[in-house]
Amino acid sequence: MTYETVSRLAQQGGTIYFVVLFLAACVYAFWPRNKAGFDQAARLPLDEED
Amino acid sequence: MAQLDQTNMRSGSGAGLLSIGLGLGIVLTIFMAARTVDARFQVHAFIMMGAFICALAALVIGLSAGRFVQDQGRYEDGVIRAGVIAALFWAVIGMLVGLVIALQLAWPSIFYFPELGWLNFGRLRPVHTSGVIFAFGGNVLIATSFYVVQRTCKARLAGGLAPWLVFWGYQLFIVLAATGYVMGVTQSREYAEPEWYTDIWLTLVWVTYLLVFLGTIWKRKEPHIYVANWFYLAFIVTIAMLHIVNNLAVPVSPLSSHSYSLFSGVQDALIQWWYGHNAVGFFLTAGFLAIMYYFIPKRAERPIYSYRLSIVHFWALIFIYIWAGPHHLHYTALPQWAQTLGMTFSIMLWMPSWGGMINGLMTLSGAWDKLRTDAVMRMMIVSLAFYGMSTFEGPVMSVRAVNALSHYTDWTIGHVHSGALGWVGFVSFGAIYCMVPWLWKRPRLYSDRLVEWHFWIATTGILLYIAAMWVSGIMEGLMWRKYTPEGFLAYSFVQTVSAKHVSNMVRALGGAMYLTGTLIMVYNVWRTIAGHVRQDETGAVLVQPSASGPASTGLAAAQ
Repeated sequence: MTYETVSRLAQQGGTIYFVVLFLAACVYAFWPRNKAGFDQAARLPLDEED
Repeated sequence: MAQLDQTNMRSGSGAGLLSIGLGLGIVLTIFMAARTVDARFQVHAFIMMGAFICALAALVIGLSAGRFVQDQGRYEDGVIRAGVIAALFWAVIGMLVGLVIALQLAWPSIFYFPELGWLNFGRLRPVHTSGVIFAFGGNVLIATSFYVVQRTCKARLAGGLAPWLVFWGYQLFIVLAATGYVMGVTQSREYAEPEWYTDIWLTLVWVTYLLVFLGTIWKRKEPHIYVANWFYLAFIVTIAMLHIVNNLAVPVSPLSSHSYSLFSGVQDALIQWWYGHNAVGFFLTAGFLAIMYYFIPKRAERPIYSYRLSIVHFWALIFIYIWAGPHHLHYTALPQWAQTLGMTFSIMLWMPSWGGMINGLMTLSGAWDKLRTDAVMRMMIVSLAFYGMSTFEGPVMSVRAVNALSHYTDWTIGHVHSGALGWVGFVSFGAIYCMVPWLWKRPRLYSDRLVEWHFWIATTGILLYIAAMWVSGIMEGLMWRKYTPEGFLAYSFVQTVSAKHVSNMVRALGGAMYLTGTLIMVYNVWRTIAGHVRQDETGAVLVQPSASGPASTGLAAAQ
């Protein structure tokens, strides 16, 4: 394994890996079924008096 | 109820283990102090020994007096109160030292002390930077993270006495760092000047901090982990990674206060700025964004504008920030593709930065009147405006052509301070103003009018500071690159220094005003803790009472 192969693997593989991870996070954030849960989570700082 | 109480109370958690650790620490530091030939190392060994002996004595006295009872039905707020006081203490020290070095730059002939080497600019400058970033900012982050994680997880801090170990261990780190700087103990790495043994101590403290935070999340009663905790966790984990890699070094001897970095040349430069810029990204940004995501909704009594945006904000910030460091190394031996990479990722940071800022600002949508009536709210919203401004300016300065003008000039200093004074400072002040009545169970602050004074004096101070630095920075940048028709440099270096004299005076004035605001805050907080309320103020902002324990067991503990 040469330096070139390792660096290409790290650069291209890393880019693909991170972009896919980030897109997965976006899908999770915008998935319609998650909306209700997020609305509830957003109230966490406000609902602590009880 | 009695049965429930018994399961809730656990005394002395971890005290035995802590005593053994402190005992070993005392033996080790005695050995270090006795055997070293390095006088500065000996001073530090004595400081550590003193700290360990005091901690052991406090532990033994506390245990015999039946202290340290862990009531799982109540939140651990003592360590947060200590953190608030420590943050204010170090804020005054750090900003005062900042004012001294600003005066040294403005009037070098008056504020130069040849007989007192430790008062020289080179020794005091890291005291200022570490003092405000790590001592003030760090204590704010530790205190607020402990506050937020308990309330949003509805669980008491994990680890028994470990949060107190984090608190006092962190103060010891600060004392070792600051005393080292004035004695000339430094590894000369930006924002990472403490030497190898101080770094090892901070690693121990920081890993304990991580475990306390993770342990609290682990035993949470709330299924969802609130977004602020994600930001805090990213801050803690990333700082651990950056700190360890950047400080890999070989000591000259186990009894020496000097070490050599594992890296050299351009690799060393890249490691330093990978650390340096991510200290900005994860200490001064992610950590304080966590404060924004809890305290702005809490104070406004409205949920965050968009929870979805907060998730995208988090992951975008995490994925992009870590690559931006090379923009500090334009026109160096660093390969140009790496410089361009750092620049590109810096530009990309516009999106998460402004997305986060908009998320915070729009939380006030429909309640904008709070900007007029509530100075604490205004302080936090203005902090977001400064966040937006400095995160717009930063990427611009990271562009190679702009950097050719701005690098090494006062423009950089102005940029850093619009972020540090405007964003980090103001959001911290806002959080402290919120937390003090909650933590000490006071109906309101001593005086809201004093918050107004603090806000306006400090804001004017920041504007004077950054305007002066823009003027002097761009001026000296233009003077440095000015050539005569014959191809010689038009100005000598000292000519650019004397041209900055007026700007340096204005900068010192701005800093003095900012420090004045902080002193007003210290007085206000002091009187609030003492239980005083200014009687002549009408229509004061009342604060919401804060829960003192997890909802289900809090009742049992109160009965």
